[in-house]
Parts: sequence; structure tokens; C-alpha cells
Amino acid sequence: MSIEVIGITVLWVFLYGYLIVASIDFGAGFFSYYTMITGRKNMVHGIIERYLSPVWEVTNVFLIFFMIGMVGFFPDTAYYLGTTLLIPGSIAIVLIAIRGSYYAFSTYGSKESHLYKLLYGGSGLLIPASLSIVLTISEGGYIEESGNNVTLLFYKLFTSSYAWSVVVLSLVSVLYISAAFLTYYAHKAKDTKATEILRRFAIGWSGPTILASLFVFFAIQRHNPVHFDNMLKLSWMFVVSLICFIIATYLIWNRKRLGVAFLFVMLQFAFAFFGYGAAHLPYIIYPMVSIHESVTSPEMGIALIGAFIAGLCLLIPSLILLMRLFLFDANYVQGLQKK
Amino acid sequence: MMNYDPVFYSRILTGLTLGFHIIFATIGVGLPVMIAIAEFLGIKRKDPHYTLLARRWARGFVITVAVGVVTGTSIGLQLNLLWPSFMQIAGQAISLPLFMETFAFFFEAIFLGIYLYTWDRWKNPWTHFAISIPIIIGSTLSAFFITIVNAFMNTPQGFKLSGRTIIDIDPMVAMFNPATPTKTAHVISSAYMTSAFVLATIAALALLAGKKHVYYQKALKLTMICGLIFSLSTAFIGDLSGKFLAEYQPEKLAAAEWHFETTAQAPLVFAGYIDKEHNVHYGLKLPYALSILAFADPNAVVKGLNDIPVDERPPLYIHYFFDAMVAIGSLMIVLCIAYLYLNRKKRRQQGKEVPRWLLRFITFSGPLAMLAIESGWIFAEAGRQPWILRGYMKTAHGATTATNVDWMLLMFSILYIILGFGAWTVLRRMFKTNTPEEELALRADQGGEHQ
Repeated sequence: MSIEVIGITVLWVFLYGYLIVASIDFGAGFFSYYTMITGRKNMVHGIIERYLSPVWEVTNVFLIFFMIGMVGFFPDTAYYLGTTLLIPGSIAIVLIAIRGSYYAFSTYGSKESHLYKLLYGGSGLLIPASLSIVLTISEGGYIEESGNNVTLLFYKLFTSSYAWSVVVLSLVSVLYISAAFLTYYAHKAKDTKATEILRRFAIGWSGPTILASLFVFFAIQRHNPVHFDNMLKLSWMFVVSLICFIIATYLIWNRKRLGVAFLFVMLQFAFAFFGYGAAHLPYIIYPMVSIHESVTSPEMGIALIGAFIAGLCLLIPSLILLMRLFLFDANYVQGLQKK
Repeated sequence: MMNYDPVFYSRILTGLTLGFHIIFATIGVGLPVMIAIAEFLGIKRKDPHYTLLARRWARGFVITVAVGVVTGTSIGLQLNLLWPSFMQIAGQAISLPLFMETFAFFFEAIFLGIYLYTWDRWKNPWTHFAISIPIIIGSTLSAFFITIVNAFMNTPQGFKLSGRTIIDIDPMVAMFNPATPTKTAHVISSAYMTSAFVLATIAALALLAGKKHVYYQKALKLTMICGLIFSLSTAFIGDLSGKFLAEYQPEKLAAAEWHFETTAQAPLVFAGYIDKEHNVHYGLKLPYALSILAFADPNAVVKGLNDIPVDERPPLYIHYFFDAMVAIGSLMIVLCIAYLYLNRKKRRQQGKEVPRWLLRFITFSGPLAMLAIESGWIFAEAGRQPWILRGYMKTAHGATTATNVDWMLLMFSILYIILGFGAWTVLRRMFKTNTPEEELALRADQGGEHQ
């Protein structure tokens, strides 16, 4: 494998990692708010809180990793995406800032507040929507280059059915992934009531997720036929993804092996996400930036991959420790551990 | 309203974000060290007061970390949004230290989560203490790597530039450039120092408010001793940084000292103001001092600004920031020595308290140290203008061409006001409602700290 293929694979793995952990986090914020306004707060709040408290700072790091790696391996993307994404990017930053800090403020510092929860729950849905614009733009057709200037064609973006289908997909899949994970977590905590509520969320959002995925398929066909043809060549990945979805829904529906069910949800998104990404190659931003023209210094590519492996050797044991202490420690999960 | 100039607004917005971020980043680097020292003393001396100090500092630390994380994310993304042309060219060269910085932060974030939730989890208190070590390693390393990025922008090396692409990068040569040793050491040491003084301010405020508990005395003594050690090391490294500047960035040192003619036995100017003909008024002139600062030799020749092309000279206002930084740093050392001397005397003559005027001075030490951090940073950054990559790329060529940077500036200004206000309110409420006296009494009821 060439350096650029390794590079983009590493980055895609990080983006996938962010997709999963951030979805759990964003969805949890929304469910936390939703159950509060519908008067069912006490049933699921403890579960969500105990999961989120030790991991909230870790989530952001995945995103930063992806972005820095992207610039390192493919600096041209910084030029095109940086210039065009000033407004949506800045809005996403503000939302992330509000969300991150106010989570800490309300959890550690002050009493419960409706406003905090609204900001927290609301931003959890807006961030995925604003971040998904990057995926939309990378399909090409929304950027205009003239001389020394690149501009984002806002009108075209806002009136495009493809852009909206991606936004809808990001929203529903956040809620679906999160509900599937929290069902498992609540079940581990032996909290039957919370499990039932969250299970209903998971089932409820599974249908819209699959519908939205289909819709994105059709929208891509109309917007970027080249990419769509490539996806057809990899159609087995999307079929496997669908099978994983069916298994996961079956398990959740029948309240069986919820941990395995969440694993299948992760596989479902892994196959769809990597299938989508592989079909996008060799372009990063169609048709302006491809992976081949970007890596100008192989030494740096090798150093980056080396740093990445060394980092993983450090991070994986630490993450396992974190999970053993908080996710898979029966006393902690059930809230028996004193703080 | 000023004419729309994306370069100007990009500079202001980057400065605003970083200026706000470094308040929290500095605390984020220094506070884990102080927390670990207090926890260590608490376990070693079996003294619940130190353990409580560590706990309370750690609780406040979470809030500052939260703001530090989100503003750090801001600047990480803003680099691409506001300086796309710069990132296109330098992105590859700086991506390795940036990448490693993120790893270090990731490492810290994981262990911070563990540390905060496991205070009473293990029978052996040293197990919990051990978790503070990876936090310190992570936070200090992330300061180290991110400062390398900045060092590279000051003394870029280890690559070739051909057109709009950077080629033949040697990652190690780029990372360990001439500015790296002094910059990283100065940043880390001054962060430790500032955190110690921020905590000293809190302890001094409590004592001034009439709180008598020995807990506050211990807090003040511990933070002032640490403050002295870290400010001495900061001053020492600062001197090395001056020598680095004289050799590699003479224009920055010359602008900071309003030194125009290249001369031997160069004097150092403190304060004063400068007119259009470059005459310095009311400045305090210390003969030979600049030559000593630059080369450790009173007769050494120091390069003056007149030997630097006009369009490559840094702004002259950085003189004030340099002076503010140095003056505050020296003041802090004097303050610590005065406190330790009087505190010793107090112990010999029983019943004599540390004088209130001294406590009042100490309450200013935290804010002043933070001011020195900001001044030093403005001096270092404005001092390499007009370059974004010294010798390679001017700042004006790195900025975005996008419209609406002015509106983004407004949006982020509001965000930082809200974040700053929120952090302040939450921190105050956190410590007002739950006093150390109450906590100590509660812990004593429960049978002490370590059973």
C-alpha cells in the first residue's frame, strides 16, 4: 500500500471512531433533554450521566486527530475546505464550545438548569448537521474556483437534495447509534425501566436510519454519477451493512444480547462508511484534490505513520483501562461506586 | 466601520482566540503539577489538609480544562479556516508536532477522567496518586509539542519551498529547530509558575477575609515555595531566550529594546516612550545590560534595527510587552522571598501573623503572572511580524480570502465573553457553597481520609 492510501485509511478510521463516540455523546445529550421535558428524567438520567462523565473530553480528540492528519497528509484540502468552510466551520466550533463547556459547568459546578440542558441537547443535533456539510462539499459541485479565490456556492448547497439527505441521515443515525448503545449500557446497569425506554428509542430510529441511507444513495446517483458507479462496484459492502442492521434490530427487538446488537450497529455503519469512503477514492474533494497529488514529502508521511503507531501503543491500553474502570465495571455502571 | 480586510480581521480573531485560550491552557499545564504535589504531601505526611487541597484544586481544574479543551478545539480548526494558504504550505511540516500534541492531550484526557472519579476507589492511596503522573506527562508534553509548532514558525528549517508546495521535509530537523529548546522550556516553566501564583492568590484572599484555619496557611506556604522555584527557573530560561534571540532573531530583540544602531556595550532601556525620530524619552538606561543579556559579555556587539530592512522590522510597541513580562517576573521573585522571610520570622516569634499588606500583594500575584504570560506571548508573536513563517512567508499571504471574517470575529467575541463569565460564576459558586472547613468536618465524621 502506498503512503497516501495508508494515510487516508488511518484518517477514515479516526473519522469512523468519531462518528461512533460522538453519536453516542450527541444522542445522549438529546435523550437527556427529551426525557427531562417529557417527565421521565429520573429513569434514564443517571445512566446517561454515569457514562458521559469520564469520557466527555475524549470525544473531541477524535475530531482534532482527523483534521490534523488530513492537513498533514493532504495539505491542499486545508486550502479548499479552509477557505470555503469559514462560516459553517465557525458555527460548528461555537456549538462544540457551548456544548463541551456547559456540560462541565452543569455537571460539576451548578444546579440543574433547563437552559443548560436545552443548549446541550440542541447543539447535539446541530453539530452533526453542520459537520456533515464537509462530506457534502467533498462530492464536488459546491465550490467555485476563480484565480486566487475559492468560494462556496451557498445557494446551490442549500437547494440541493443531496445536501439535505446527508443532513437527515446524520441526524437520525446519531439518535439510532446512541439509543442502541445506551440500551446496552442501561441493561448492564440492570435498570429495566431505562432499558425499556431506550430500547423503544432504538427501535423507533432504526427505520428512519435505513430510509435516510437509501435516500442518500439516490441523491448521490443524481449528484455525482461517477461516485455512484464506484459504489455499485462495492455493493457487497452495503449489502453486508444491511444484513448487520437486520441482525441488530432483531436482537434489540427481542431484548437479546444487547452488547452483540450494538456491535452489529457498529459493523453496519463501518461497512457503509468504509464502502462510501472507498468509492470516493482517489478523490478527497471531487474533482479538485485527489490523494495522489498531495503527499509531497514521503519522509513526513512515514514519520506521521510512525507517530500514529507509537501513539496507538499508548492510547489503546489507556482506553482499555478507562473502559474497564467505567464501562465494564459492574459496581460503577450500577451507580454503587461512591465518587 | 473599518474597511473589510480579511488579513486584519484574521489576525485579530486568531489573537483573540489564542489570548483567551492561553489563560486556560497555562492553568491546564501547571495545575496538575500543583495537585500532584499536594496529594503527595497529603499521603506522605498523612495530613488530610493537603489531600483536601488536591481534591479542591482538582475540582476547579475540571472547569478550566473544559474551557481549555473547547477553545483549543477552536484554535485547531481556526488555523485552517483563517490561514488556509499558510496551512497548505506549512501544514505538512507542522503536522507531526500537532499530531503528537493531540496524542499527548488524548493521553491526559483519558487519565484525567480516571483521576477525577477514583478518589476513594483503591485501598492504597498511592494508586490514585500514580494516576496523576500520566496527567502531568500528558499536559506538559502537549505544551511541549504545541510550542514546537510555534518555534518552527519563528526559525523554520528542514524543508525546501518550491512555488506553493513545501518539499523535502526532514521532520526531526524541522521539529528541533533553534527556537525549540528555549521556547518550550520557557513556556512550561512559566505555566507552572503562573498556576502556583493563581493558587497563592486564592489562599491569600481567604486569609485576608479573616479565615483562620491552618489549611489556608499551608496552602499559601506550599504555593509560594513552588512559586519561587518556578519563577527562578523561568527567569533563568528567559535569560537563555534573550541569548537565543540575539543570535537567531536579532530584529525581535532590537525592536523590544528600541536598539537602532549596531553597537558594542549596548544599553538596555526600561519603560519610556519613543517619538517619530526614534528618540527615547524617560527611559531608564542600564549601560552594558543589553550586551550582557544578548551575549553574556558587556563588550559584545548587538545588532540594531537600522540594519534590518524597513519592511521586515517588527512593531516598536512590543517594547512595552517585553518590559511588562520581565518586570512582573522579577517582582514575583522578590514577593516570594519577602513572604518566606517574614513567614520564618513569624514562626520564631509566636503569635505574629504574616502582615496584611504582604497578603494584599500576594492576592495580585496570580492575575499579574497571567498578565505576564499574555505580555510575553504578545511580545513573541508580534515580534516576528511581518512574517508568519520567518524568512519564508509574510502574514498577509497566509490569510484567508473569504468574506465575513469580521462577523466571525463578532460571533467568537460573544462566545468568549459567555464562556469566561460562565467559568467565573461556576467556579465561584463551587467554592463558596462548600467551604474547606465544612469538608474537613465531614471527612472527620466519616472516619478520616484514609482508613
